[in-house]
Amino acid sequence: MSEVKQTHSEPGWFTRLAHPGLFLGWSRHIVIPLAGLSTIAFAIGLYLAFWGSPADYQMGDTVRMMYVHVPAAWLSQFCYALMFASAIGTLVWRHPMADVSQKAAAPLGALFTALALFTGALWGRPTWGTYWEWDGRMTSTLVLLLIYLGIIALWRAFDDQLKAARIVAVFTLIGAVNIPIIKFSVDWWHTLHQPASVFRLDGPTIAPEILTPLLAMTLAFSLLFMLLHLVRMRTEVRKRRVRSLELAQARAAKGARP
Amino acid sequence: MKGLKAILLRDLRLGLRQGGDLLTLLLLFISVGILVPFAIGPDTPLLARLAPAIVWVAALLAQLLTHDRLFRADFEDGSLIAFHHAAIPLEAIVLAKLAIHWILTGLPLMAATPFLAVMLGMDMTMLGRALFALLLGTPALSAFVALSASVTVGLKRGGLVAPVLILPLTLPVLIFGAGMMGDDTFGAASQAGLFLAALSLASVALTPFAAALALRVSGE
Amino acid sequence: MIELGQHWEFIALAYGGTALAVLAAIAWTCIDAERTKAHLKVLEAARAARETR
Repeated sequence: MSEVKQTHSEPGWFTRLAHPGLFLGWSRHIVIPLAGLSTIAFAIGLYLAFWGSPADYQMGDTVRMMYVHVPAAWLSQFCYALMFASAIGTLVWRHPMADVSQKAAAPLGALFTALALFTGALWGRPTWGTYWEWDGRMTSTLVLLLIYLGIIALWRAFDDQLKAARIVAVFTLIGAVNIPIIKFSVDWWHTLHQPASVFRLDGPTIAPEILTPLLAMTLAFSLLFMLLHLVRMRTEVRKRRVRSLELAQARAAKGARP
Repeated sequence: MKGLKAILLRDLRLGLRQGGDLLTLLLLFISVGILVPFAIGPDTPLLARLAPAIVWVAALLAQLLTHDRLFRADFEDGSLIAFHHAAIPLEAIVLAKLAIHWILTGLPLMAATPFLAVMLGMDMTMLGRALFALLLGTPALSAFVALSASVTVGLKRGGLVAPVLILPLTLPVLIFGAGMMGDDTFGAASQAGLFLAALSLASVALTPFAAALALRVSGE
Repeated sequence: MIELGQHWEFIALAYGGTALAVLAAIAWTCIDAERTKAHLKVLEAARAARETR
């Protein structure tokens, strides 16, 4: 069943584990448990977020929005870190699964970054009185979203997926170097134009009764992310096989097969 | 060294011979600068206040749209493959091309800035600061354009992807460039100038490596 | 249902929008996976038919 792709086959366990054909085999057994785990985590997290935790004495019930906002923001950065690691895998080891991982992660990163902005805007309205504040954190998240969308556009622009993976990997590395610079410049720009009138998250320490639901929801979102990433990777491996089979079919139909 | 000089001269000559490109660049820069007053209205004090932003956005757009000129022709006629096997490292060739790109786009933009300054009601000191800011910032813009050009060189329809990719990354140049032309009461403008210079130096130093990597992948 | 205070509509919108987006992502991922799987099955059957011929 599994069609062998041409990879440099070192006999290490990791390489064998990450071989596209074998990947489809072992990852199948993880999907259902992971789905179950993330469902349970969401049930616990949502319970803690609404019933198991008190309203904040300053922000009131709006603090409950933090339990979706912070996990989304965390995933927006975690996903870039994942893409960065995969990009290195693509460039250094030229591993096909690193290519697949990069491609599967980009839309998820865009989704969670967009969610972080959406929930951030909704949280900002009652607490700051405005949906959008040009503050450093929000602006850099917006730029991160643009970078994700650019990466998706770059993926879609290529026909040759092998070349696309390596080009996107180069761009992902460039982006990783630039994101801190962008963050710094945006912070500088913000302090220049609006001297200290903004609500800061890092001011008071977070109370434990808020931290518990926060951690539970972050875990739930992370599990969901891993699940979606895994399923998308499996689909992507299959899509590549579909593509090579389609090419073979086209060749056979023309009778030009050797 | 001799080969590098030959490439520099070749690119310079090729760029200057296609005078139309230079004209298009300047027209684009000036058109963007002129469009804004039409959108806002002939409010001179407001325009003077917005002038730094207008100059930078115009420069950004004009330089971005020249990305095709960096590697595209070399990719299409096969020179790029020859460069891969040249005795000079590809990184050095990219650096040479980057320098030529700046001479052919950054310098003309600075030359056209006085014209925009008159239109937008900037005074002499403001013009001087604008020119200085452009001098410090355009190398970084050229470097970012080279990055996006190297990433999209293998694409037939790469024309629109490149600006989309590179616009978010040019944000620091825009911020510090416009900041350098802003209020200097707290030393913010001079600070911006330092950051802008650092950004230019770092991006010009690092871009050849990243761009050469992307070009190698595209040429495979 | 619990009391969410004066800003309940923002909280509801934040959770509702997130749930909608996440569910859409899950649905899309599943549909894409199933479609690809079915497509692959057809193609592999076609290849097997070609090779036995």
